[in-house]
Amino acid sequence: MTMHAEASPTPVPFVVNDAVRRKMKHEKIAKGIFATMIVLMLLPLIGILGYLVSQGAPLISWDFLTTNPAKGMTQGGIWSALLGTIWLVIVSLCISAPMGVMAAVYLNEYARDNWFTRIVNLAVVNLAGVPSIVHALFGMGAFVLFFDMGRGILAASLTLAVMTMPVVITSTREALGAVPMSFREACWNVGATKWQTIWKIVLPNSISGILTGVILEISRKAGETVPIMFTGAVFFKKIQEGDFFAYGLNDQCMALSMHLYTVTTQVNGAPRELPFAVATVLIVSIILINSTAIATRAWLRSRKKW
Amino acid sequence: MRAKRPGYAVFAEKGIEWIIRLCGISAIIFVFGIFFFVFREGGPILWEKGTDFRLGDFFTSTDWYPTSMENKRYGILLLIIGTFTVTGLSILIAVPFAIGGAIFLSEFCTGKVKEWLKIIIELLAAIPSIVWGFIGITVINPLIQSWFDVPVGLNVLNASIILALMAMPIMVSIGEDALKAVPDNYREAAVALGATRWQMIFRVLLPAGKNGLLAAVLLGVGRAVGETMGVLMATGHSLNNPYVKLDGSFNPMWMFESCRTLTATIASELGETSVGSPHYRVLFLIGIVLLTITFIINLTADLVVKGIRKQK
Repeated sequence: MTMHAEASPTPVPFVVNDAVRRKMKHEKIAKGIFATMIVLMLLPLIGILGYLVSQGAPLISWDFLTTNPAKGMTQGGIWSALLGTIWLVIVSLCISAPMGVMAAVYLNEYARDNWFTRIVNLAVVNLAGVPSIVHALFGMGAFVLFFDMGRGILAASLTLAVMTMPVVITSTREALGAVPMSFREACWNVGATKWQTIWKIVLPNSISGILTGVILEISRKAGETVPIMFTGAVFFKKIQEGDFFAYGLNDQCMALSMHLYTVTTQVNGAPRELPFAVATVLIVSIILINSTAIATRAWLRSRKKW
Repeated sequence: MRAKRPGYAVFAEKGIEWIIRLCGISAIIFVFGIFFFVFREGGPILWEKGTDFRLGDFFTSTDWYPTSMENKRYGILLLIIGTFTVTGLSILIAVPFAIGGAIFLSEFCTGKVKEWLKIIIELLAAIPSIVWGFIGITVINPLIQSWFDVPVGLNVLNASIILALMAMPIMVSIGEDALKAVPDNYREAAVALGATRWQMIFRVLLPAGKNGLLAAVLLGVGRAVGETMGVLMATGHSLNNPYVKLDGSFNPMWMFESCRTLTATIASELGETSVGSPHYRVLFLIGIVLLTITFIINLTADLVVKGIRKQK
């Protein structure tokens, strides 16, 4: 501020006077305050998760993962819940991943910028915002009752698929949009059709974003409780241990998320560590899945050529 | 001369394009499908004869006795109060931290630290709601009991903390995007005029990015209103007006009262109703109420974001 007074034909050297020093101090205080905020936000969360995992980890073993719950769910493992979650994820992924990717291809490659496209966009945004309990009601009204599938893996998977499709649509669209227009133009110029261009040029170049979206979808499906509660998941079911295909498509199943709810609130007399162990399996698998997504994204981005 | 493609290739391409178009409009189909099927189950209660359902009482009555033997009453006012109390308090807790975090991420932090913070936030956003509910029961519950010396820790405060923790990661990442969208020359102009970072943030950055931040908060509200398992486990789930004491006077300790929300009511009661009964239909009607609330919130957030794009 005092620099004007000393103005001279020769350039003024930068001096650290009181005003500048005060400014630097303010800067540090500001940075400190905002850093504290984010630390205050993240540390308790990480602490809590660490506590859960530390409580649950001792109970987890290979046996715990591969035996059925026993004695009113107070003993035994989580095999039927684990397998149920795996099958729910696989079946619903087979439905929602191709549909989601194709919906994104439509929105990014085919749709013109008109009122109809704007409505589709609005529908995607709103579909992402529909509460999970309403999806549960929809799944029950549509798949279980109207299409008469009954409660089972198929109805639950379809509900999960509708619910998580926006995740894939959004991330695929972003990935498709990042492919430079000149790539497409070059391909059209050598005589390729629109679909050939998409199949050979656009999709391979945006695979990292698509994969990220699909993996994020997996973790979302694995953790959801409400949408499967009334469409296919049950509190308890015994299945063949060690048989990966123990569930049929229309069977009711157990699920990890629902099992956590059951052993926390409905079961008396379970050892204290049991719910912690179930929660640990759920948290660790979801963090692993999401880390895979992040790693895939980083790896493929480093190989990007443009 | 132009080479001709074989007929089946042309045909296959047309077919693929139609499949893609169909998938493209599936989002619309699903949104309408959700409205249609939820209304198909819940709507008939509005015109069916011989039930105790009164639309006038539905929103204004505090009596929720759907299973009593005679004189069943379906008033959801208490549930609406519960939902908005928990949502409001959780947003009050979350907003300062979320906006502070977003500012730190976009203004103060660079390189590796930023990358890692964003990864941690992304991972936290993925923790499912059932785990948050479990945390509410096993971690926050005893903490509230010992800190505030109350007999039960499953209450409005517990659920609000849970919801705030759930909503914060999303609000931070959307808020950071909003701040990133503020052009750099705004910042440079402020700094060139001699503003400190502190001044720059409060006089330039926040006013310029306020729409995006508002959208981030609104999406947080939407998520909090629709959250089910977390609040079902953390609120205590008792039918209760937290603001009123037994003698009818205002309760200043409302934070430590239990309450019940719209979402949790559906989740806990739907399993015990028989398909087509009035209670079952009323639960679907609550679903429509929820759907309407979240639609309004999401549309507002969308319009706010659109507003930013138009300004540019």
